[in-house]
Amino acid sequence: MKNIQKITRMKLFFPLFCLLLVLLINVVKDPGFFQISVKNGVLYGRLIDVLNRGSEVAILAVGQTLVVAVSAGTDISVGSVMSLSACFTTMLLAGYGVNTTTTIVMPMALGLLAGILMGGLCGAFNGALVSKLRIQPMVATLILFTAARAIGLLLCNNQITYIRYEPYKYLGNFIPGCPIPTPIFVTIVVIVIIMLVLKKSALGTFIQSVGINSRAARLLGINSDFLCFLCYVICGLCAGVAGMIASSRIYCADSNNIGLNYEMDAILAVALGGNSLAGGRFNMAGSIIGAYTIQAITTTLLAMGVSTDQAPVVKAIIVILIVVVQSPVFKSWVETKKNRRRAEIKEAV
Amino acid sequence: MKKKKVGLAGNNVLLLITVLLFIGMYVIGCIIYANKGFGHFQTFLNILITNAGLICVACGMTCVMLTGGIDISVGSLIAMDCMILAVAMGRQGLPCIPTVMLVLVIGIVFGLVQGYLVGYLGIQPFIVTMAGMFFGRGMTAVICTDQVSITQQENAMFYSWANAKITLPAFLGYTNNKGKTMVPFIRPTVLIALVVVVAIWFMLKYTKFGRSLYAIGGNEQTARMLGLNVRRTKLLAYVLSSFLCSIGGVLYCLNTMAGSVQQAKGFEMDAIASSVIGGTLLTGGVGNVLGSLVGVLINGTITTLVNSNGKLLSSWANIATAALLCFFIILQSIFAKLKDGRK
Repeated sequence: MKNIQKITRMKLFFPLFCLLLVLLINVVKDPGFFQISVKNGVLYGRLIDVLNRGSEVAILAVGQTLVVAVSAGTDISVGSVMSLSACFTTMLLAGYGVNTTTTIVMPMALGLLAGILMGGLCGAFNGALVSKLRIQPMVATLILFTAARAIGLLLCNNQITYIRYEPYKYLGNFIPGCPIPTPIFVTIVVIVIIMLVLKKSALGTFIQSVGINSRAARLLGINSDFLCFLCYVICGLCAGVAGMIASSRIYCADSNNIGLNYEMDAILAVALGGNSLAGGRFNMAGSIIGAYTIQAITTTLLAMGVSTDQAPVVKAIIVILIVVVQSPVFKSWVETKKNRRRAEIKEAV
Repeated sequence: MKKKKVGLAGNNVLLLITVLLFIGMYVIGCIIYANKGFGHFQTFLNILITNAGLICVACGMTCVMLTGGIDISVGSLIAMDCMILAVAMGRQGLPCIPTVMLVLVIGIVFGLVQGYLVGYLGIQPFIVTMAGMFFGRGMTAVICTDQVSITQQENAMFYSWANAKITLPAFLGYTNNKGKTMVPFIRPTVLIALVVVVAIWFMLKYTKFGRSLYAIGGNEQTARMLGLNVRRTKLLAYVLSSFLCSIGGVLYCLNTMAGSVQQAKGFEMDAIASSVIGGTLLTGGVGNVLGSLVGVLINGTITTLVNSNGKLLSSWANIATAALLCFFIILQSIFAKLKDGRK
């Protein structure tokens, strides 16, 4: 009994439990879920698909975790920022107003970097509004939530820009000769960089202390405004990277559809990872596991024939369930129930 | 007494800026697009007609924002309402009045759930209504994924509602180049929207519930200590918002006569922008529906200006609204800082 309690109290228990539950449902429904085969020199299989498609959500979840931790609010503009940076990159690579192209007008690396920096710029805008002007995070990010897609449409001259240039497809698909999808590598790189920064410097601790009590943190000499700003910039950069992957997958920038509903997935990943949406302590590994859980849920739903338009219903219900369980009122209700039962047992004895 | 005057003066400045901005934008529009008939009285009425739904939604949004909360589920709720109306009347051939009633009841239930989660469980309004936003949009797709329209054959009554004209005195009209007098008109939707504005204005000013909304937004702790039922008031605020949003959805549907999954995207942004531009503080406690009405008019004028140009992409309207929202948020934060400094 004590061992079970020890396991259930572990930080990663909740996210891992959810992931295993989703995988179990899948295995029962379709025994071939774990099958991985090699076709045309690349790996195929549901599991690979989840890992591959989950890359964007995982990268977004990394940024979102920091934002939630530091400001107790969420960045709802990430999906739109993804689409904006994708549009910016394709505009730079193809030239303004070009509909479809097989050659690019500037080095690809430069274009991709510019797109990621565009994400960072959007993050800086959000960060400035939140940290300097003290506007609630969600209202501040609501501005880009609507405007970023519209700006993306302007950059693309209201059309979908296709880049049929072979190397552009590498980032979101496969590098020739490598059987593992590239997005998985990109995700690993992003996670490793962020983890190293958080673990090797005091940044992670600082972010937590600002999230728990920003005034106390400031009195201790931490520049809490700047840290908050920095977290939003990192979140924006993550959205930029995710946008590059999403755009490269379909070698075009479809402003209306890239990153659609991803903000929901990112927030859900953070909540599923066992992080409180009220800020403070955070658990990066949990968020990343949460992200792949979300992707597994999405893949399962799509495999069951639910359309992409309908999938948000299920996710919305899951979000509500998680926040209800996390809410202080629910927790105290559970506490009183437990205490009452204990009292009853004592009386019986 | 003196302090109160200072507070009101600050808020009046915001509202004054809004009204001046509207008049300025309209006059500029009249000068630039004079040859496209921008100056006609009918253009102004058209802004009211197209934005009748938004007026209702903005009123509800203002009530929620007064408590310091926010409701971003409105756009999806409108899409869901329109889809229910379209499928029920266009496909199933149900009569008009029960369907409208059904939509209003759905709005109330939607608001009850959101309000309970916010008021009684103390979850952040943004998270709750964001889940509501995705739920609503998703349910729209569950009901039907096609674009469904309502035609005259399918529901003559709804069609007649949508096309009813209320003509205004002829001297407000103008004579077109064929020598025919164009009499200005409005649709019944505008009247409903204006009735909603007046009712909410009255409610906020003279009822206990309305004053509690301000009190809670001003300082929740104080309101609770004075014996106000904070949780129930919050719950009712969200119910009111979703209910008004459903009325707005019916008005919106009367305008478009169709339901589709992509409908009313970004509507929450327009509603929030209208309220904020109209002088409602995001932190709660300060606001006025009449200001929100002016906010909606500004919003409508931006769209009309962009459309009048003809060459500009329609996404410019979105960007302009977002920029304006940003501007007013910054203005609010400066005012708040000034107020703090005065203390």
